[in-house]
Amino acid sequence: MLLTLAFASLVRHRARTILAVLGVAVSAGMLLDMVMLSTGMRESFRSLLLAQGFQLRLAPKGTLPFDTEATIRDADSLVALLRARPEVERVSPVLGGQLHIPTSAGTVTAAALGVESSVQGDYELVEGRAPAAANELVANDATLRAIGKGIGDTVSAAAGYDPQLRGLSGVRTLRIVGRVRFVYMAAEQRGASLPLATLRAMQGGEASDRISLAMVRLRPRTDAEAMRTEVGRLLPRVTVISTAEAIRQVDERLSYFRQLAVILGAVSLIVGFLLVTTLMTVSVNERIGEIAVMRAIGVRRGRIVAQIVIEGAAIMAVATPVGLGLGLVTARYLNSILARFPGLPERIDFFLFQPVAAWTALGLLIASGILSGVYPSWRGASLAIATTLRQEAVG
Amino acid sequence: MSAPRVDAIVEVRDLVRQYRMGEELVQALRGVSFTVQRSEYVAIVGPSGCGKSTLLNVLGVIDRPTSGTVAIGGERVDQLSDARATEFRLRRIGFVFQRFYLMQALTARENVELPLAEAGLGGAARRERARALLEYVGLGRRESHRPSQLSGGEQQRVAIARALANEPALLLADEPTGELDARTGAEMIALFRRLNADGTTIVVVTHDEELARAAKRVVHMRDGSIVDDRRAEADRR
Ligand SMILES: Nc1ncnc2c1ncn2[C@@H]1O[C@H](COP(=O)(O)OP(=O)(O)O)[C@@H](O)[C@H]1O
Ligand SMILES: [Mg+2]
Repeated sequence: MLLTLAFASLVRHRARTILAVLGVAVSAGMLLDMVMLSTGMRESFRSLLLAQGFQLRLAPKGTLPFDTEATIRDADSLVALLRARPEVERVSPVLGGQLHIPTSAGTVTAAALGVESSVQGDYELVEGRAPAAANELVANDATLRAIGKGIGDTVSAAAGYDPQLRGLSGVRTLRIVGRVRFVYMAAEQRGASLPLATLRAMQGGEASDRISLAMVRLRPRTDAEAMRTEVGRLLPRVTVISTAEAIRQVDERLSYFRQLAVILGAVSLIVGFLLVTTLMTVSVNERIGEIAVMRAIGVRRGRIVAQIVIEGAAIMAVATPVGLGLGLVTARYLNSILARFPGLPERIDFFLFQPVAAWTALGLLIASGILSGVYPSWRGASLAIATTLRQEAVG
Repeated sequence: MSAPRVDAIVEVRDLVRQYRMGEELVQALRGVSFTVQRSEYVAIVGPSGCGKSTLLNVLGVIDRPTSGTVAIGGERVDQLSDARATEFRLRRIGFVFQRFYLMQALTARENVELPLAEAGLGGAARRERARALLEYVGLGRRESHRPSQLSGGEQQRVAIARALANEPALLLADEPTGELDARTGAEMIALFRRLNADGTTIVVVTHDEELARAAKRVVHMRDGSIVDDRRAEADRR
């Protein structure tokens, strides 16, 4: 009976009900997107930085990793010193540079990373294997596509290009042994990796004992912050940043972003709430007479509230899944637009679906929609019956 | 007033109802006292605005008097809490309104089921009783119709069936023929007669002389007071 009355009211005003459902769905979708946005970038940066398990990064004094062309000199002794520490599990030295690969369509340039295959944390193998010999190379899809080669092919690559002489320097013939994805590079960015010693040799005498960066993985249960201080004291010519510190920096840079998302999310929530409250208030007001009749024949106040609440809940129950779908589709679309933002690592997501946050937000919206019916219906059911019947023509 | 007290269904004493209209106090009832016995059929008549509906609303526990007492079936109802009053209306009072006041979204049978459901009667038994009630008021074949598909007289019959649903001690009707044409009104009068003959205590407010004549007792009101209260010739002992 209660259900019949509730649904009859929704069906009687079909257009209004559909509009309300759409309105709430849009607001739920927006809310979801904002929740996804507020946590998405931070979480994906965090997982990006934590993924390879390196807690410390050493860069030339006063720079951030790869921020400049600056390099660390006497790198081998530095790496050896670090590796000698009992707290250190693994050190991955990285030398940055470029590879110029002549093709029939011109010279293709790719970012080059010289690493030690056994300890590197810069790429994930997709296919093939890591370089084992000095003349071996791995590259990402963007590079392989640009040079039109694949695993097993050999290429001639140079580490330097002199625009005045129009000549390449440090040319080697290298064999492609693997297809990889670089963790910190954007998808469209061309990259290749080869043994550290090979890249050094190609770059020439200057580079023979340099690195751009060293990543340090500590043994379990080592205090990363204490080690950071310790290494910074030990090696005053490098800047040591911890992953935690890097996350903090990213966090700081993203805080405006997050505030914006939180505010817009709150606005969506409020809009959704107001929408349902308005609908419920209108619905109660036009049924004041009907409610008075029900009260007059002995229907309890709680029943009348329940009936209105069921109406609100039904709208929410339909609108929220629609909003969820809408939000996910929108997030995906926006993500694909934002992913084209140049220079962002491939793995960064602006919108990250985090179940707890998403369910909390949608739960809040549903609860607010359900509660929105309580006040107007209770008020409507509390009016003086005789007076209301006198004033309201019903039926 | 010489009737045994146990048979008094309604006992009203010094009933006053005032409405505040801004600065002014409207005196709708100015100290009304009267008693209705079990199985009586009382018509309340009088000029418009004399307080008939106000009196009926207080008897039906949908309005509270400013002062005075009302007992129905021996129970004081003038100061009940909202929850108790609601329960009392459900179980003890049947109310029929001038404009029927049916739920438009529900069928005739569902309208009758509404107070039965509220009283906790479940599924099949409820449907069965609603059907029997519609049969009783002569609407057996209309149970699945919605109010909009019924004539005024038929709607009023549904409303009467709804009012009788929980076997009330007292059936109250406020101008029940007010919206009906003469012929349908006559049918309604016959129905009220039959209800009374079957033992239902009825208090009806009306302008309709025919309806008033059908009652065994007519109470005349004027300006918030009872000015005349007499039993019909045929019924006098
Ligand atoms: N809710 C109300 N507020 C103010 N005045 C009212 C209200 N209900 C009734 N009245 C006044 O009380 C008087 C009696 O009204 P009512 O009982 O409806 O008369 P009747 O039913 O005999 O026509 C009238 O003057 C009417 O205007
Ligand atoms: Mg009246």
